[in-house]
Amino acid sequence: MSVHDLVAITALGGSEPCVETVGAVTCTEVPGVALASVAARLGQESKAAKALAKLIGSPAPGIGRTSGEALTAFWAGPEQWMVEAPFETHEEIADQATTAMGETASVTEQTDAWTRFDLSGDGIPAVLELLCQLDLRTLDEGSAARCSIHHVGCFVLCRTSRLFSLYGPRASVGTLHHAIITAMRSAL
Amino acid sequence: MIINHPLLGPRDASEFAYLGDASLIDRPDWQAENAAEAFYEYAYLRDNPVGEHRELWFHEAGDRSWLVVTRNTMTHEISKVELARDVARARGRSK
Repeated sequence: MSVHDLVAITALGGSEPCVETVGAVTCTEVPGVALASVAARLGQESKAAKALAKLIGSPAPGIGRTSGEALTAFWAGPEQWMVEAPFETHEEIADQATTAMGETASVTEQTDAWTRFDLSGDGIPAVLELLCQLDLRTLDEGSAARCSIHHVGCFVLCRTSRLFSLYGPRASVGTLHHAIITAMRSAL
Repeated sequence: MIINHPLLGPRDASEFAYLGDASLIDRPDWQAENAAEAFYEYAYLRDNPVGEHRELWFHEAGDRSWLVVTRNTMTHEISKVELARDVARARGRSK
C-alpha cells in the first residue's frame, strides 16, 4: 500500500499550527520539536552532567534552568533533563543523546509525548498567573519550571520576558489550549 | 500550607501528594528469617503521634521528587524538609 497520500497534522488536528492572538499576546502551537529525556544513573550523576554539557555545548542546566544552543536542555527534576531541538534537523535526537550519554544516563524518546505552545508579546505574566501557581517574579530569562496547568502537568520555560514556551502532554492538548486561550481572554 | 522544597523553595501544599509515615523508607529484608512478621508490621502497624511526625510527600505537580517532611500534627507547623533520597542514602539504602 502506498503511503504517499498521508497528510501530517498537528496535535490540535490542523494542517497548519494553530495561532491565536488576544490583546498583545499571541499563542502559537509549535509542532516542530524533537524531545528526549535524560536521567542520570545512580552514581553516574557528575559524569552524566559532563556528557550532557558536551552534547548541548554548554554546562548542564542547574535547578530550574535551561541552557544550550542548537540543542537545548532544561532541568526536569533532580539529575533529570529534557533535551529539545528542531525536529527538522534532529528527528533522531534520542539516538544522538543515547550515544552521547553512554552508560551515564538513561534516555527516552519524548517527541510525540508532548505538545508545545509559545506565548509571545507583552503581558504574558498576567496570563500565566491565571494558569499556574509559579512565583512568576522569580522566573527570568533561562528559567524552567514544572507545574500544574488546569490539572495538567506542564513545563513552563522563560526564553525571554516576551517569549515563554509551555510543554504539556500531547494527549491533553485540547484541554491545555482551552485553558491558555480562556486565560488570555480573561487577563488581556 | 506551604512546603519549603529543598531544591525549589516554597511551594503550595496542593502541588504535593501525601503518602504516609516516613518509616515506609525502611522496607524489610524479604529474605530475612522473620520476613513475614516484619512485612506485617511494615504494611499495617503505624504510630499515630500527636505532635512531630515525619512523613513522605511527593511533588506531583512539580519536579516529581519525594520529600521527607517533618510536620507537627497539632499545629501543621513544618520544621524540616529533606529529599527522601538523601534520607534513604543516609540510612545505607541505594548504595
